Amino acid sequence: MAKAECTPKWNTLALRNRKTCPTPEKSFQTTFTPVSKDKNSQTAGHLAGGDTQSSNGPSGQFLARESIESPSKVLLMLVAGLSFSTRLYMITEPPHVCWDETHFGKMGSYYINRTFFFDVHPPLGKMLIGLAGYMSGYDGTFPFIKPGDKYENQNYWGMRGFCATLGSFLPIFAYLIVLELSNSCTAAIIAATLLIFDTGCITISQYILLDPILMFFIMAAVLSMVKFNQQRYRSFSASWWLWLVLTGINLAGALGVKFVGLFVIILVGLNTIWDLWRLLGDMSLSLVDIAKHFLARAFALILLPVILYVTIFAVHFVVLNKSGPGDGFFSSAFQSRLIGNNLHNASMPEYLAFGSTVTIKNLRIAGGYLHSHWHLYPEGVGARQQQVTAYLHKDYNNLWVVHRQQDNNSQSGNPDLVRHGDIVRLEHKETTRNLHSHLHEAPLTKKHFQVTGYGINGTGDANDLWQVEVCGGRKGDPVKVLRSKVRFLHRATGCVLYSSGKTLPKWGWEQIEVTCSPYLKETPSSQWNIEDHINPKLPNISLSVLKPNFLEILLESHIVMFRGNSGLKPKDNEMNSKPWHWPINYQGLRFSGVNATEYRVYLLGNPVVWWINLASLGLYLTMVAVASIATQRGFSLGQQRIGGGLLMLGWLLHYAPFFTMGRILYFHHYFPAMLFSSMLTGLTLDILFRSADLLLHPPYSYWFQRAGQLLLLFSILYSFYLFHPLSYGMTGPLAHEPGSAMADLKWMDSWEF
Amino acid sequence: MLEMLQLPLVVTAQVDLLLVLVSLLAFWTRLSHLNYPNAVVFDEVYYGQFVSLYMKRVFFIDDSGPPLGHMILASGAYLGGFDGNFVWNRIGAEYPSTVNVWSLRLLPALCGALCVPLVYLLTLELKFSHLSALGAAVLLLLENSLIVQSRFMLLESVLIFFVLLAFFSYLRFHNSTPHRTLQGTCWLILSGVSCGAAVGVKYMGLFSYLLLLVVASLHTWKLIGDKTISHVISCHLYVHRVLCLVVVPVLLYVFWFYVHLSFLNRSGPHDQLMSSAFQASLQGGLSRITRGQPLEVAYGSQVTLRSSVSQPIPCWLHSHKVNYPIRYDNGRGSSHQQQVTCYPFKDVNNWWIIKDPGRQQLVVDTPPRPVRHGDVIQLVHGMTSRFLNSHDVAAPMSPHTQEVSGYIDFNVSMPAQNLWRVDISNREAESEVWKTILSEVRLIHVNTSAVLKLSGVSLPDWGFRQLEVVADKLFKAHSSSLEWTVEEHRYGTSQEQKEREAELHSPTHIDVDRKISFWAKFVELQWKMLTVKQEESEHKYSSSPLEWITMETNIAYWLHSSTNAQIHLIGNPVSWGVANLSLLAYQLLAVVYLLRRRRGLKDVPDGVWDQFVCLGCVCVGGWLVNFVPFLLMDKTLFLYHYLPALCYLYLLSPALLEHAHTHLLRYAHQPLRALCVGALAVLLSIFLTYRTFCPLTYGSPELSAHQLQGLKWRDTWDILYRRR
Repeated sequence: MAKAECTPKWNTLALRNRKTCPTPEKSFQTTFTPVSKDKNSQTAGHLAGGDTQSSNGPSGQFLARESIESPSKVLLMLVAGLSFSTRLYMITEPPHVCWDETHFGKMGSYYINRTFFFDVHPPLGKMLIGLAGYMSGYDGTFPFIKPGDKYENQNYWGMRGFCATLGSFLPIFAYLIVLELSNSCTAAIIAATLLIFDTGCITISQYILLDPILMFFIMAAVLSMVKFNQQRYRSFSASWWLWLVLTGINLAGALGVKFVGLFVIILVGLNTIWDLWRLLGDMSLSLVDIAKHFLARAFALILLPVILYVTIFAVHFVVLNKSGPGDGFFSSAFQSRLIGNNLHNASMPEYLAFGSTVTIKNLRIAGGYLHSHWHLYPEGVGARQQQVTAYLHKDYNNLWVVHRQQDNNSQSGNPDLVRHGDIVRLEHKETTRNLHSHLHEAPLTKKHFQVTGYGINGTGDANDLWQVEVCGGRKGDPVKVLRSKVRFLHRATGCVLYSSGKTLPKWGWEQIEVTCSPYLKETPSSQWNIEDHINPKLPNISLSVLKPNFLEILLESHIVMFRGNSGLKPKDNEMNSKPWHWPINYQGLRFSGVNATEYRVYLLGNPVVWWINLASLGLYLTMVAVASIATQRGFSLGQQRIGGGLLMLGWLLHYAPFFTMGRILYFHHYFPAMLFSSMLTGLTLDILFRSADLLLHPPYSYWFQRAGQLLLLFSILYSFYLFHPLSYGMTGPLAHEPGSAMADLKWMDSWEF
Repeated sequence: MLEMLQLPLVVTAQVDLLLVLVSLLAFWTRLSHLNYPNAVVFDEVYYGQFVSLYMKRVFFIDDSGPPLGHMILASGAYLGGFDGNFVWNRIGAEYPSTVNVWSLRLLPALCGALCVPLVYLLTLELKFSHLSALGAAVLLLLENSLIVQSRFMLLESVLIFFVLLAFFSYLRFHNSTPHRTLQGTCWLILSGVSCGAAVGVKYMGLFSYLLLLVVASLHTWKLIGDKTISHVISCHLYVHRVLCLVVVPVLLYVFWFYVHLSFLNRSGPHDQLMSSAFQASLQGGLSRITRGQPLEVAYGSQVTLRSSVSQPIPCWLHSHKVNYPIRYDNGRGSSHQQQVTCYPFKDVNNWWIIKDPGRQQLVVDTPPRPVRHGDVIQLVHGMTSRFLNSHDVAAPMSPHTQEVSGYIDFNVSMPAQNLWRVDISNREAESEVWKTILSEVRLIHVNTSAVLKLSGVSLPDWGFRQLEVVADKLFKAHSSSLEWTVEEHRYGTSQEQKEREAELHSPTHIDVDRKISFWAKFVELQWKMLTVKQEESEHKYSSSPLEWITMETNIAYWLHSSTNAQIHLIGNPVSWGVANLSLLAYQLLAVVYLLRRRRGLKDVPDGVWDQFVCLGCVCVGGWLVNFVPFLLMDKTLFLYHYLPALCYLYLLSPALLEHAHTHLLRYAHQPLRALCVGALAVLLSIFLTYRTFCPLTYGSPELSAHQLQGLKWRDTWDILYRRR
């Protein structure tokens, strides 16, 4: 029961620190208030246009900074301490694979073993995980087969600890960002508290996942951007450059972990455009100055991240030089780079011959191998014959035998070569069906014809005949293995064998559709190459395949990733999380354990924190609406402007795009948006408490403010105390069963702990 | 007042002859030979079936759009005396002489024709000259794709008409000073009405409506900032606009549904998608079967239980005399008891009898003892007399849930667990009686507190591909797969199994009318329309949005049954190019202007700048909102979806030209003359292209294969040749 011992300790720790806290805060308040008022009057003119970032005059800011300095240091230490202790507590529990650790842990191992794999995310996150594992003595041997597998003696703590460490920086960054934006310690501490005591943030930071790494880079980018904004009156100074370059580096990091990093790039981009627009309107700057500003940003925010991003991929390709499970997704040329792949220093008959067993790969990127299997097209989808698909993995069912039009018997002596213009019959090795096409609509691409497997043991009909055509070749040219681009023209209908790239539904095992296209334009989709070639009667010749250059590899791997991403469609029966579920904390994710006897971890936000966030969003919008209408009607507001616009924009950018996404979505996709939302809450509630002086007189308004802050703090701490088993694990009966410790906490029926 | 009646009475009429001229031409191009071809053309085959259903007042669901569009088409049919007796089964089928083709196509064609004068007026309201207005009208007039789309029983022309009308009347209102005259209010209300109509015709109208709201709120925002008017008046202005532009369209939208639902009161092909209560409100169909059923379910009632999930198909709780296989294909074992499934067809095996666990009898007492929320019951399968049972055995397809079976005692220490608690989820009182059709019920297994659930997976061959029914412990709050309704119901009277079987085979009867409110029906229908999933399949002529800009694809609408005469949706390539060019030019110009203004260089005076911005908001904005959303859509899309966006560009082109003419090239005489000559040349070539493509637009005269080949300006166009 380490848990029971430790929790009260924290609470006392928190309380003790809280007790000491108000004193410096009070002094800060008293000293700060006149300064901030002074600043208001000074900056009122600047801000009339509804600017969302606080643009402080240099002197005012400097003064404010001086006075903030001492309490904020103490608070920062406190935030850091609490943050690290909540994240690192019970880091090794549960000692088995949880949820997506099965993917990312495995990929970390691949880096250690240097085997090539394919994933829909860019490589930085997994490389860092692999690195952390390597540094902490993990040897990459654990297979990470499925969630629930025991780690036994493996050194998995290093990878988890690394993620948790990065996750611990989030509240610290939030604290600093809000402090920069609002110049208010209270706002900053509220934001940090929300994040420190959010069970969701804790849970998602504690495991081997990409999310803590991604969020680390996102927050770091935002922090550097905000810091950079504050440097605007010291253009081209060292710290100006420092924060600018740091922003660029963090952007590259964010994008290098997941494509979600694109949203923070847009945020920074919009902020930069806004900044440049402001500079453009500043008539004291000459056009040359503006060009300098522009170029500096273009270098640090575009060029630098691109270089870093490309470097990440370069490292990725250099490290992973052994054949592995991801080979089939890539072109033959790409595979020849990988040690252990059958195309690496390949040795096979050079020219295609009759009687050879081959695999045929589509030239479209991520096009797959021509494939067939013992399943028929379902009723109502063309003719009810055997399916022919394109499949991305290497498989026995990808093998085809090249036959002449008539005979099926193997000849004696040297087999004849297949030449441009020859008529062939392709027989599927496993099922002995012929590749066949006819005038039926293809299952998905209705403009094309269906391709099936037909006949058995070589008997078929005239629709089984295909004419081989080497692209750019003349009649009589032999077909070179790997190097020739081949098209297969259907004799009877004149169409060309084509891979449409569309994923078949469940009946087609979600493989890729193969059709026969009546449009004869030469596209990679209709071109194929012979990859494996087995013919014992021909001499094997060592082939040095043209190795692709780095840019080709980069482009190819990106296209494969995007295809993979858009291919992650929700299955029919799978429970799909909807974006509107997320802000209301509608449903969590099971990280580990289902039954009463298991050790369960459930990713769910602290409901109090999340609902406060939700309410604050509404409150913020109302406040902005009221304030702007009032300004528009000509009332002057004595209130200080808040830098919430940037955070609101960040929240929107990290949330709204999910509504348009067709791919499968999970609850954890909301966490970056949740960070922005929490920071916004800090700002909003701070302003709300301070607005008390509009209604109440000084001593009362001050008490009101304090009472509000204390109430907020208490409710967050208490709810954390209630819900902490979600993160640190719970056993015993499920919440809806009698006798469960969590029974009273099942506030929503949709929670499944 | 009296002064106004002074004599002599003088009528001064101002007639804009240009306007009259373009209108006449528009009517001529859109309405001439409207009944040719006398055959079903393209999507007429789709809309036609709904028109027929309207004529027969049969209920249907069409997820492609709200009902106003269909109603407009149907009213045209009604005027022509169409009786709905025509089978719309294939494109190209000849209309019989009883069908008045002209009247079927009249209303869309009229709307299409009226778009031309509307564009003219709209350009004037954007404060451009009559010459620009004429240019815009001519562009629209000579656009082959718009002509094709308006000459048939299709809805795009109606949509475009209402959208243009909404913008025109709003700008009329905005330009009328002062705002608060009666006339101004009328224009504003007209604008709101057209918005409601546009959204009512097709959901696509929503994009333009939202744009109009944005433009209106920008204008209102300026008004709020006007400090010369008092707070009260400012507030009043605001409320006025909200009423006309938000409340009126919303009410209208609901009104279309009201008309739709009150008009279509007979049961039809789409009944099964709707809830039992909805179906019961339609004449015929379910209401015929269920009329007069006893309302309250009692012990001894014979019932069919319909799952509330109607996706992919509705189904009823079912059992039959076949057991679960002892071992499944993957090696797992089963209880080998009788299968319980969900069956999508009416069948005598769908009947269950509600039994009081404490008593043996299966007939209803007199008076009947109703079942209430919270009561524990047993369910007996009518034909096999097996009890509905569940136990801790993994279900066949969803192993994380419990198997549900008809209990057979194999003497293998697997006791019967056949008690179910009735949980009425839409109850109003705690001891509510279980009602036929109205109550949504969960059946909670007493021993394991699992809930009877339709898993949605179909069983393999041993289960005859019927749907799997399970009992699930982890119940989510609101999942319709857990809810069941009693659909057919009667009080059982026969004690003996033989008699009971005979009774179950006999049809139900009896008589009461059940009503659900309009709002409940509206909400249900709207929800169904938005959630009914179309099968995602590619059409031969479907295209992707990016292909529209360059008109990569065409759509073959009709081909004569024996000759080469054919109709295609092909735009006027020259106008298309002009539109794209002006879009680019505007954006370029706007960026240059903005940057220079930011540096304090005002190229054009503020008034002109406002006009320029307004033009961009309406035209470029209109293009954006009608184009960009399609990029994100996962639907089968066609070239005609681009037409509304295109109309905005046609508004933009002449206005932009005028802007360039009066402001950019003010002092440069040489380029000015070149500009005028160029514009004339472009107009001429637009006219010539229009003439060239006329045979494909009107379907006559017939062209030879060689001539058709000549019209194939792009390789990707699909023009049909008949082999002779």
